[in-house]
Order: sequence, then C-alpha cells, then structure tokens
Amino acid sequence: MPSVLDRKLLRDIRAIRGQALAIALVIAAGVALFVMALGTLRALEGTLEAYYAEYRFADVFAPLVRAPDRLARDIAAIPGVAVVQTRVSGPATLTVPGRPAPIAGRVTSVPVSGQPDLNRLYLASGRWPSADNPDEVLVDQPFARAVGLRPGDGLTAIVDGKRRRLRIVGLALSPEYIYALAPGQLVPDAGSFGVVWMGRKAAAAAFDLEGAFNDVALRTARGARVESMIARLDDLLARYGGTGAYARKDHSSHAFIRNELDGLVATGSVAPPIFLAVAAFLLNMVVARTIDRERQQIGLLKAFGYTDIAVGWHYVKLVIALTLAGVALGEVVGAWLGKELAELYTEYFHFPILRYELTADVLVGAAAVSLLAGLLGTAFSVRRAVKLPPAVAMRPPEPPRYHRGLLDRLRINALADPATRMVLRNLVRRPLRAGLTTLGLATAVALLVGSLFMRESIQRLIDIELTLAQRQDLFVTFTDATEPAAMHELRALPGVLRVQPVRTVPAKLRFGPVERRVSVQGLSQDGALHRVVTSDGRPLPPPGVGIALSDKLARILGAGRGDSVTVAVLEGRRPVRRIPVTVVAQQYVGLAAYMDLDRLNRLMGEGANLSGADLQVDARRLEEVYDALLERPRVAGVTRRSEVLGGLRRTLDRNLMLMILFFVGFAGVIAIGVVYNSAHVALAERTRELASLRVLGFTRGEVSYILLGELAVLTLAALPLGCILGHGLAWAMVRAYDTELFRMPLVIEADTYAWSMLTVLLAAIASGWLVRRRIDHLDLIAVLKSRE
Amino acid sequence: MPMPVEGTPEFPMIFRTRDLTKVYRTGETEVHALRGVDLNVAEGTMAVLLGPSGSGKSTLLNILGGLDTATSGRAFFRQREITAMAEADLTRYRREMVGFVFQFYNLMPSLTARENVDLVTEIASRPMASDAALELVGLGARMDHFPAQLSGGEQQRVAIARAIAKQPDVLLCDEPTGALDSATGVVVLEALDTVTRELGTTAMLITHNAVLAEMADMVIRFADGRVQEVTRNATRRRPRELSW
Repeated sequence: MPSVLDRKLLRDIRAIRGQALAIALVIAAGVALFVMALGTLRALEGTLEAYYAEYRFADVFAPLVRAPDRLARDIAAIPGVAVVQTRVSGPATLTVPGRPAPIAGRVTSVPVSGQPDLNRLYLASGRWPSADNPDEVLVDQPFARAVGLRPGDGLTAIVDGKRRRLRIVGLALSPEYIYALAPGQLVPDAGSFGVVWMGRKAAAAAFDLEGAFNDVALRTARGARVESMIARLDDLLARYGGTGAYARKDHSSHAFIRNELDGLVATGSVAPPIFLAVAAFLLNMVVARTIDRERQQIGLLKAFGYTDIAVGWHYVKLVIALTLAGVALGEVVGAWLGKELAELYTEYFHFPILRYELTADVLVGAAAVSLLAGLLGTAFSVRRAVKLPPAVAMRPPEPPRYHRGLLDRLRINALADPATRMVLRNLVRRPLRAGLTTLGLATAVALLVGSLFMRESIQRLIDIELTLAQRQDLFVTFTDATEPAAMHELRALPGVLRVQPVRTVPAKLRFGPVERRVSVQGLSQDGALHRVVTSDGRPLPPPGVGIALSDKLARILGAGRGDSVTVAVLEGRRPVRRIPVTVVAQQYVGLAAYMDLDRLNRLMGEGANLSGADLQVDARRLEEVYDALLERPRVAGVTRRSEVLGGLRRTLDRNLMLMILFFVGFAGVIAIGVVYNSAHVALAERTRELASLRVLGFTRGEVSYILLGELAVLTLAALPLGCILGHGLAWAMVRAYDTELFRMPLVIEADTYAWSMLTVLLAAIASGWLVRRRIDHLDLIAVLKSRE
Repeated sequence: MPMPVEGTPEFPMIFRTRDLTKVYRTGETEVHALRGVDLNVAEGTMAVLLGPSGSGKSTLLNILGGLDTATSGRAFFRQREITAMAEADLTRYRREMVGFVFQFYNLMPSLTARENVDLVTEIASRPMASDAALELVGLGARMDHFPAQLSGGEQQRVAIARAIAKQPDVLLCDEPTGALDSATGVVVLEALDTVTRELGTTAMLITHNAVLAEMADMVIRFADGRVQEVTRNATRRRPRELSW
C-alpha cells in the first residue's frame, strides 16, 4: 500500500495527464534519439570490431606496380610487421548476361588452397575456387544480388584488355568492401561496382604478374608504430612502383564507415540536449504551477508536522515520475529504432553478422541525464515549496503585482483596449517565463530549420560538384600512364564532342608537421569539362603556376595562399618539390589538389602522360560510346556522370528524407508540448480571473483572446528567433559533419524558414484550439465559489 | 526571567506568553499584528478568542502552534520555549503536540476523507485509528468520499477528525465555522466539544461569533494586537444549547 502522499501524487498526475503526456513525449523524443544513436553506434562498432577481428582485416595497405614474390620476405622483416599478404589486384570491366552495359569492377587474387592470412572472405554461398579450374571465381554478394547473379552463372571480365569468361562458384563478403565504391562514385551503389576474387595463379596470368605481386596488406604486431612502418614500407616499395602505403584509417571502406559512425555521434550528442532543455523548462512550468496551486496544502502538511524535506521530496517525486515516464517511453522507442537502424545499416554495409545488444549503461545513462535535467530545471520551484513558511502558505496569496511599466510610459497601453492591456501587462509581469516559452517555441523552429536545410545544402553540393565543377558526360580511366596520342583516338570515336586529358598522380603533401596522401590532378588550361570552382560556384582557371588546394585540405595542412607545400610524388621517378599554393578552392567531397596539366607533366619528368580523360558526348550516342570505350585495351573504367548523380540522389532520398521526417515529428512534439503546457498553465492560473470576466459580461471570444493572445504574441516572437537559432543549429550541423570525406555547404533558402515557421505555427494553433475548448466549457459558478 | 503567573501543580499552564510581538513587513508597509501579548492558558481549557479582523488572534494562534515566529517576546508550551525552537523542533512540536482546524477546511482535494486523516496518522507517534476519528465526528459512513463529494460541514468535520486523530495535546481552531451556516456550524462545534471533553484536549478557538463565548472555559478578547480582556465562565455550555 503506497503512503497517502504517494496516492495524492498519483491522483495529481492523473489530473494533469495531458500536460504530463506532453512533457513525457518531449523527454521521450530526446531519450529515443540518444538511445537510438548510441545503441546503433555501439552495435555497429561492436559488429565492425568483431568482423575485422574474425576476418583479419589488415592494418596497413600498399599498392604498387610490380614486385617479385621474394620481396615478401623483406617486407616481413620490417620491425613491427606480424603478417604479410601479397596479392594481385586490378581493375576489370564486367559484363553480366542480360545486362547490356558493362560494369566497373575489380579483380583480386585469393589462394586456391583456402582463406588468405589477411582480409579473409565470408563465404555466403557456394564454394571456394578450385586449383584445377582457373575460371572459377567468387563474386561479392551485394553486387551479385543487385545484378541477379548466382553461383553457377557465368560472367565476362575484361582484364588488362583481355576478355575472359569466368564461372561463379560462390558469393562472398569482405571486410575490405563493406563500403564498396566504384571509381568516381560518391556513394556506394551495389549494382554499379563488382568485386571478383580469383585464384592467385589465374589472376597473375590475367595481369601478367606471374611470380610477382602488385598489392600488399600487413598486420602489425601489438604496440608497433604504424607511421615508421609505413615509411619503411614506402622506402622498400619505391623501386617497385609503390604509390604510398596507408593505414587502416585511410582505407576508403573503413573511412567511409567511420564517417557514417561519426554522423551517429553527432546525432546522438547535438539533438538530445535540446530536447532535455525544453523538457526541463516544461517540467518547471508544470511543477511551479502545481506548487502554486497547492500552496495551502503545503502549509497544511507543514502545520501537521511534515518536515520541509518530506514536502520537498513529495515534489521531487512528481518530477521523477513525469521524467521517468518519458524516459521509459523513449527507451522502448529508442531501442526499437536502434535495432531497426542497425539492421538497415547491416543491410547497407553488408555485414555478415550483427551484434546488437543494448547495454545497461546506455539506458541508465539516458535515465540519469534526463533526471538530472528534470531536477535541475525544477530545483528553484521545489526549493520554493521547501522554504515556504507554513503560516505564509495558509494565507491567501497576495495578488500578483503589476506595475505601470515601460508599456505605459511608451503610451502603447493607452492605444490598446483593456483586454489587450491585460495581455501586455501579463507578458511584462513574468518576463522570464515569457522569455523561456518563446525560447522553447523557437527551439522547435530551429530544429526544423536545422534538419530541413540539409536538402538544400546537399542540392548545392551536387550542383557545385557535379554540375559546375564536373561537366563531363563520361570519365575514362586508363590502366596506366598513357601517351597523349590516345586523345586523338578518343576524339575519333563517333559521338564524342570534346575530349579533355586528365592526369592524376598520387602524392604526399606536406606543410610543416602535417602530411596527407592525396591525388594531384592535372587540369588542362582550356578545360571546360572539369573545373575548379569557388564557394559561390564561380569557375576558376586552373592554377597557372603553383598548386590549388581544396579548402578542407588547406585547413588540414594549415596552409593558405602564398605558402609553399612540399609535394612528394609516389609514382614514376618520385620527384619531391616545393610548390606555392596559388588557389584555395571550394570542394565538398574528399581532399583534392590541382595543378596545371603541363606543369604536372614537367614535374613528373616523363613527357606528356595521361591517366584518364573527360569526355563530352552527344547524348544520343552516349551508350554507344560507353560500350566502345570499354572494349579498348588500357581502359580501366568508364564512369557516367548521370549514374554518379543518380546513385547520389537515390541514397540521399532514402536516408536524408527519413531523417528529416524524424526531426519534423520531433519538432512538432516540442511545439505542441510548449504551447499546450503554456496555455494550460496560464488557464489554470487565471481561471478565476477569466471566469470573473465572463461574469462581468465578456464573451468567450474576448476571454480566449486575453489568454491566447498572450501565447500568440510569444509564438510570433518565437518565429524569427527560431530562424536565427536554426541558422546557428544548421551551422553546428555543418561543422559536425565536416570530415575529410564529406562536407556540407551552409545553404538555407527562404522556403526552409517558411516551412519551419508554418509547422510550428500550426502546432501552436492546434494546441490553442484545445485550450480554447476548455475556456468555452468553463463552469463559472464552480470556479468563483471555490477558493484558489 | 520569571513569568508573571507560574502554573501550579493543580492547575498547570499549557501556554504562557510574555510581551509577545509580531511585525509583518509587506513591501514598504509595516503591520503590527501583536503588540505585546501576556497570556496564560491552563491544561484542558476550552478557550475562545474573540475580536475584530486584524486584531491579532490568528497571529497568536499561529505562533502558539509553531506555524509562525514572533518578532520579540517569548512563548512557552509547558516547560518548553516555543519562541526558542529551531525549525526542526517546531516541526516535531507540531507533529507531536498540535492539531489544527482552519476556516476553509484545507482538505487535500485529491485524497478521500479517510486518506486525509491517514495523512496525519501516518506521521504521528500515538494516533487513533482514522476510522475511529471519523466516527467521533459522525462521518463513519462517508469515509471514502472525496472532499468535492462532501458538504462544507462534512468537510470541516473531516478536518476536525484529521486534527484530533493524532491525539494532540492542543487543538488550535481558526474560525472553524466561519464558512458554515449556523445549523451546520452547531454540528461541527458539537463534534469539537465532544472530542475535547472525551480526550481532555486543550482547545483554542478563534471566532467572530460572540455567542460562542459561552461554550468556553476562558474567553480572550483581542483588539489592536493586544489582549483586551480575559474572562472565565463557571461552566462550559454545549454548542447545541446556544442559539445565533
């Protein structure tokens, strides 16, 4: 049997259930976001760790041109190297039966005897390739699913210009291709990139690398220094065409996942505090009102001999009860959303396993933080109840003090009718509450602005990256550096309107103590198909002298215009040169550096060589040109810009829209919670006043105006404030998502503001309508007879 | 400092006050609620306090009940000085010794009649059963009603049951019939009278109604923050014998 006071508590809560629910929902929204983000994050990190450990994902990777097999022994001798895996790996063009267009792919060798020492495969179905049949291959499962391939099916691969018929014996997943990006793609698209694993001998034969390898992966010993190991490896591989070893953190698949996980961290840390702050404010409003209403009951309890602490604890329990209701709901919803999201990610990332277990620390942490916010938010009100002397509590409260204030001095009041004067004076009397209500509503607007703006920002990103900077229809990559004469060959293809040579060179850029491995792209001066642009979309001419850095790269290096960076090329004769930075360009995806094509060629000292070309093609003959290009020797891959754009749009529409929908719902919860609670508390506080007015002959409409007019003023004030806060939140989101792989421009169009304000306005009107109905049903006699 | 009138073993004093003053400050104005009150109340007395609004009756009762503090002067409950008690002692004093009844009943609206009484019995050291207290005031049949379902007189009787359920040494009643019509008032006062006679409780009762003086042993008249006159009745009359 609960104590009498606890029974009172339960009945009191039932009496304010509407407000209790509104508060619980706001807390639930914050807790759900927190539990979902953190739960998913833990699940993915745990899954990733387990996957990497079980399938022995390597620590260091190094591509090179060709090294004899015996070099593996020298690599193993580098201090700190625990396991060495040498492989043959290279680009391929795949043709799948029933699919007219060839698809970009990659062939990588595996031992026919079984799993490799590192980067093992998860065999999802079928069997391992046999030693007897060199045509047997494994294909990555997501790709196979997307294009409808099964074990037993055949496919054709063009490897090093030679066409080969292959037979699929199994489907596999690899820790190296969790995030499988086709060259030139910005987001993974399972159907547009295929990975093929082939027996080592067969692969070596295909790439003309018998007795040699062109790719090495390492596992480091515990406690080994990766940086010095990479430096030793680079030295060792330099004469074999090593293009720079890199650590796991720079492995593209791993880096993209890390980026995704960092996004979850941002979601889990930016939004929940906002919800909890709003919830604390709402709790305080309701608890303060409850304490006001129960002023005499508090005095009575104390008169009976209940201690101050017992009275305080009674109201603390009210706060705890309201908070925990929200926490419980939020944790259930958050756990469910987290599981769904983790499964979605597993699907998206192609993990063979998923470890989702919600640990107690996440749940307890969410509850503790929420309780802390609730108790801090209501501390002053509860303190007031504790400090209230019993004799004072027993007297009827003094009438609230109104002053002839600023409004009177400004003679605004003289212009207004009595009802409006009451509205204005009431606002001025409680500036803190008016301010916090406004802030609460502004938060709802801000959350909407802070989520809706992403659509426009990403549209701007796409415009700049894929419309203004890159304007080619097709991008061709060559298997290795190619003579400029190839340009004529490309230009001669029917349908090709314009060809622009591209040279890409792997290099390490150094400025002071900071170093980054990037691709330096050579752009031709007459280039119209691939340009460097500024943040407002203005194209810049390729840097005549010097080097152009993307803004993020410049920031990482700490270098600006006028500084000289050290460029250490990792290909060919491996020249090292200090080059002045002449342009810092806007770029939202990846890290890039650009040079004038001729100067880059001179730097390389090998005459004019090309690694690829941008093509502008007659739209009607695009497919024809595409197929023709893939038939050519030395063509490693062809990318269609339309496909890159399509893949990006598909991913964004799916992921971003889901997230925006989420936030619109949550912002609505806040808006309704704030307006509903404010209106309710105002109504409860002023019931007698309003009933008296009704008795004096005021109409329902006039009385509603006095109460709701106040909220209308606050709502209208909140809208512009919310837009300003929203701009700040959007800025914070842009900062939170600012990574080496991906950045967002801060673009907020007028319609984002308009929709955000409209949504909150509608929520406010809906809540106001609910309260208006209560005013209409006010029992005048009962109200006036009762003692407040 | 010795008090003017000490209690004797035959007639021990339950309350003694000496030059008790109370000044309220609200904003810029000072209100002198008590201007030096000297008073002795013997154990087991039924005292009625009369006087116009603002004459200091409620203030005195609040100080004697440990609800309010004096500005100067001293007040004693038996041998203990109320005016010297710390907040925690006052709370314990109220909890163990004092029962209050107020003009506006002050029931918890969200608790039933029985639960309102339980509120006190739960924290008292030697309470009677809540049911018994409600039987004493004649509400045995309406124990599970909420305040809103009870009439004013019934609500006040619940308040009396609540005040006496802990078996307090003193019962302090501030205008217990002020909000009731006379017929209902008599029922409430009867309940009060019966309970104090049966339990031998000292009671102090504030009223505007001079007729009620006849139900008291001792009548204290207040004016302008001072005790104007103290008279004693030879016999206490039953409230139902009074008419007003």
